[in-house]
Amino acid sequence: MSTQPQKRPQGGNDDGGAPEAAATAGANAQAQKRAGELDSLLDEIDSVLESNAEEFVKGFVQKGGE
Amino acid sequence: MDRRVIGVETEFGITHTGGTHRGLPPDEVARYLFRPVLRWGRSSNVFIPNASRLYLDVGSHPEYATAECDDLLDLIASDRAGELIMHDLAQRAEAAMAQDGFDGSIYLVKNNVDSQGNSYGSHENYLIPRTTHFRRLSTILLPFLVTRQIMVGAGRLVPATDETPAHYAFSQRADHMWEGISSATTRSRPIINTRDEPHSDAAVHRRLHVIVGDSNMSETTSLLRYGATDLVLRMVESGVPVGDFELENPIGAIRHISHDITGQAVVKIRNGGQQTAVEIQARLLDRARRFVRENGAHHDRVDAIFELWERTLQAVASGEHAPIERDIDWAIKKRLLTDVAERGGLPMGHPKLEQLDMAYHDVHPTRGVFNLLAARGRASTQLEPERIQRAIVDPPATTRAALRGRFLSTARAVGAEHTVDWVHHKLVDRPLDALMLKDPLSAEDPRVDTLLGRLGERVASLREQSLQERRAQELPLALSERYKLEQPRELAEPPLI
Repeated sequence: MSTQPQKRPQGGNDDGGAPEAAATAGANAQAQKRAGELDSLLDEIDSVLESNAEEFVKGFVQKGGE
Repeated sequence: MDRRVIGVETEFGITHTGGTHRGLPPDEVARYLFRPVLRWGRSSNVFIPNASRLYLDVGSHPEYATAECDDLLDLIASDRAGELIMHDLAQRAEAAMAQDGFDGSIYLVKNNVDSQGNSYGSHENYLIPRTTHFRRLSTILLPFLVTRQIMVGAGRLVPATDETPAHYAFSQRADHMWEGISSATTRSRPIINTRDEPHSDAAVHRRLHVIVGDSNMSETTSLLRYGATDLVLRMVESGVPVGDFELENPIGAIRHISHDITGQAVVKIRNGGQQTAVEIQARLLDRARRFVRENGAHHDRVDAIFELWERTLQAVASGEHAPIERDIDWAIKKRLLTDVAERGGLPMGHPKLEQLDMAYHDVHPTRGVFNLLAARGRASTQLEPERIQRAIVDPPATTRAALRGRFLSTARAVGAEHTVDWVHHKLVDRPLDALMLKDPLSAEDPRVDTLLGRLGERVASLREQSLQERRAQELPLALSERYKLEQPRELAEPPLI
């Protein structure tokens, strides 16, 4: 989304050696939970936004204020 | 100043969509919006019981100006109350419009730019001593305000133009500033406006009018915005050396900084050299910390402000924004747009993302995207919801606002014609007794009691209504009557007619 690629810590993307397997599984579960929460949030937002985004944006025109 | 009056004026964007017709234009929606206000106060420019001002401004913008606050959390509560007041009016307007055959939804948007690049403001007012050296003030304050956006900007998805691709910027307002300092607001927007209407004793005070800020949704970002600005003003007023950051070209700098979300943009300092916004802010933070070590903290949020200030600068400098993604408006919104873009495979500048950018600022409690994020704990808050509800009806208790609120609510309760503004308090029947309250920091004045006493014994039998009673009134909560005339138990004498 930003002009620069963002580094984001994300559990579960590495293959992880055997000793880290348990930790990775835990991180995986957490990441999955977070992803689920995010999905549900984005679904909720989708459900309240006007369905025609372009029309909404174009229609949002004000006179200058101050 | 240890106690400083601060107020903020917010212009809201307004739009109407959906339904079977095309949406009504903003000026018509605004007329519906202000119908109950007009009925209540016979004007679309009124002071309301919480002592704030509610009005229709230039260009049909609904506007809310908080009452005088000397406490940062009171200020944020009053500002948030303004959002809820607008929402209440919007719901009533929707119902009234539906009755007239215009169904659909009203959106009140607390942002600063529409889809065509028209801008409307969020103006901050700080009371400063008349003795403040204006040249020193502008030398220190301008670079602070130009760079402050990396901490308290509301963020904006800037649409693509012929020259630049769509991208995310720190600030909504940066592109709409044309001058460093001047007296104009609509013709040429300056960062600091010198229109000097102190609404107080002009021999003692000046009103610093800052029009560069973005409207904030986050209470945490607001705390940093007003808190840091107040701290910088304290240093200006005290005369301590603050360092020289005077910019060669403040307007070029404010845009340059806004459009580089990496925070690496450098700006030229007048005395030579170049610095990033982070470097300038870090030095100001350092000075402010030293100032507070030497002079003491003047309120109990100072440490929280310093912590936020530092954490935000670190996040910008490192490009690792996660530590501020619940606290700082531009970062909260950027996180959301990133998530939505990733999930939907949307390119930057996609209409859905532009829509989200606006919907973030929708004041609707269960539709506005910022409010949805806050409800799920993805945006931090500073205030209990109860405090914001109270701020819809209660004036701040520690400033002149308390007097204005009591005066106008008392006069209304006994049906006495009256006029008020920031300074003047008049009963129409007693023009010679009109009061000028010139000290905005004073919450008590015996002259007000004397004047209200002239309204007769009925004043003594007024009872303050509870929040519940006020909610039960048919009026919008913000316009509900504060006092109720209690019927005396027994009538001593039949009234003389």
